[in-house]
Amino acid sequence: MTQISRDDVQHLAQLSSLQLTDAEADGLRVDLDNIVNYIHQLSELNTNGVEPTYQLTDLENVWRNDDVNDYGLSGEKLVALAPESLENQIKVPKVL
Amino acid sequence: MTKIADYLSNSAVENVKRAIAKAQENEDYHALLALTETRALERAAKVDAGLITGRLKGVPFVVKDNFLAFGAPTTAASKMLEKFDAPLQATAVEKLEAEGAICIGKANLDAFAHGGSTENSAFGPTKNAYDKSKVAGGSSGGSAVVTALDIVPFALGSDTGGSIREPASFNDVYGIKPTYGTVSRYGVVAMASSTDSIGCFTTNAADAELVMSVMAGRDPKDMTTLPDFFAPTEVKPGQKIGLVKDFMTDDVDPEVRARVNDYVAKLRAAGHSVEEVELPTAKYALAIYYIVVPAEVSSNLARYDGVRYGHRAEGVKTLAELYGRSRDEGFVTENKRRIMIGSYVLSSGFFDAYYLQAQKARTLLINEFDKLFENYDALIGPVAPTPAFAIGANTADPIKMYLADIMTVPASLAGLPAISVPAGETEGGLPVGVQLIGKRRDDARLLALAKSLESTEAKQ
Repeated sequence: MTQISRDDVQHLAQLSSLQLTDAEADGLRVDLDNIVNYIHQLSELNTNGVEPTYQLTDLENVWRNDDVNDYGLSGEKLVALAPESLENQIKVPKVL
Repeated sequence: MTKIADYLSNSAVENVKRAIAKAQENEDYHALLALTETRALERAAKVDAGLITGRLKGVPFVVKDNFLAFGAPTTAASKMLEKFDAPLQATAVEKLEAEGAICIGKANLDAFAHGGSTENSAFGPTKNAYDKSKVAGGSSGGSAVVTALDIVPFALGSDTGGSIREPASFNDVYGIKPTYGTVSRYGVVAMASSTDSIGCFTTNAADAELVMSVMAGRDPKDMTTLPDFFAPTEVKPGQKIGLVKDFMTDDVDPEVRARVNDYVAKLRAAGHSVEEVELPTAKYALAIYYIVVPAEVSSNLARYDGVRYGHRAEGVKTLAELYGRSRDEGFVTENKRRIMIGSYVLSSGFFDAYYLQAQKARTLLINEFDKLFENYDALIGPVAPTPAFAIGANTADPIKMYLADIMTVPASLAGLPAISVPAGETEGGLPVGVQLIGKRRDDARLLALAKSLESTEAKQ
């Protein structure tokens, strides 16, 4: 059976952009281990030659005209949703 | 039987005031996260002045708080979106408002709709309408409870793996999860895009027909929507119905099985035939679901980065820290579980074993359903293995919580319409629902089947 280690949890947290506390990571290690063990039962199912399902509607190539539509949303309105902004631009900590 | 009709002839302002008063009287259920009283009364006055009219004129309703709607923040029951004032409204809400309906409040849910009990709400659980020590079900628990308590005649929910049907079953109301693609998801907080479906809660089939007629149809803002096919209908006696044996095992509470068997007897008495059928891949459906859905969740929830909107952690020095801490603070544990499982099943080395295998198994499940529908008009079984469970009973064990979805996820994975219909109660007085599953685009026929049994009840 699979075994999720503490390092695995920290790696998955990093992939998921989650900065977990140590206590949370311990709890999640147990949960993830149980969940992965549960979903692992699928390995017993024979799916040789079966096509995977990626969508359910059978809709294909749904086109629209290449018209500009702002859906009634201005740039100002959207920037205003940001936790921090300056001169109509979203502010974040220094990247480089 | 219709309840909405009673509202249409009243003053809209009176309808809204009565609904709000009733919501306030029932605050201890914690079914609502916010009332949208000011906006509701303004719209009601316009309805009464004849400025807004339509098929739902002056009818109050509630939305699950993952629908973008004006009048109060759209929180998805999370700290992440606690203060998020939506800049637009969901197409479903816009369509209802265009017919004169009035949104009076926003219902509690499991944060980001991750859960089956509404206990994962960042703002505390909703209580069951029939027993306050029991869960409301979820994730659309608040919407089910406001309908059951008669605060409003209908409420909106979203159903990704059972989130409308299970709380409907737990609270003795109708819940419809339509065919995938029936109702636009524009303006609804995305969870798992290959199964997310918009539907409603009502107290009878006719009201569900009306609400679905208004909401259904293609939306240029949601490219996955189907051209409108929903048209209320009637069914004649002689429908062939399959009772799914794999849903009636010893793992299912005997009282739940008994209520399903009672409903089967009623179907037979109404002139329909019911035979046992097999759906062998159903036992893998939950494993398929908990691979496919977390994979999609991990992608859909990547947008919550603390940059453009939503919660941003304070005192962070770097961009990575801003992402990591904002997400850690903004999500509940269940959100993190699903995001991390998604990252796991999609990571290189595991992708073929989990995600690809799950999507192939999904094909097998869909093929089994399609084969049954060559011979049967509808399938029947329980909605959930148990009636509403005690608050706190399953919170320590995620797998135990997930098992509540075992009979609702198959229809979700296959994109089939499925409804929960009230079917009586247990000796302890807890409601039990039966699930009717139909072929794609047979939504109205499922409601018609339920409706035909309602009229038998009325005659008795």
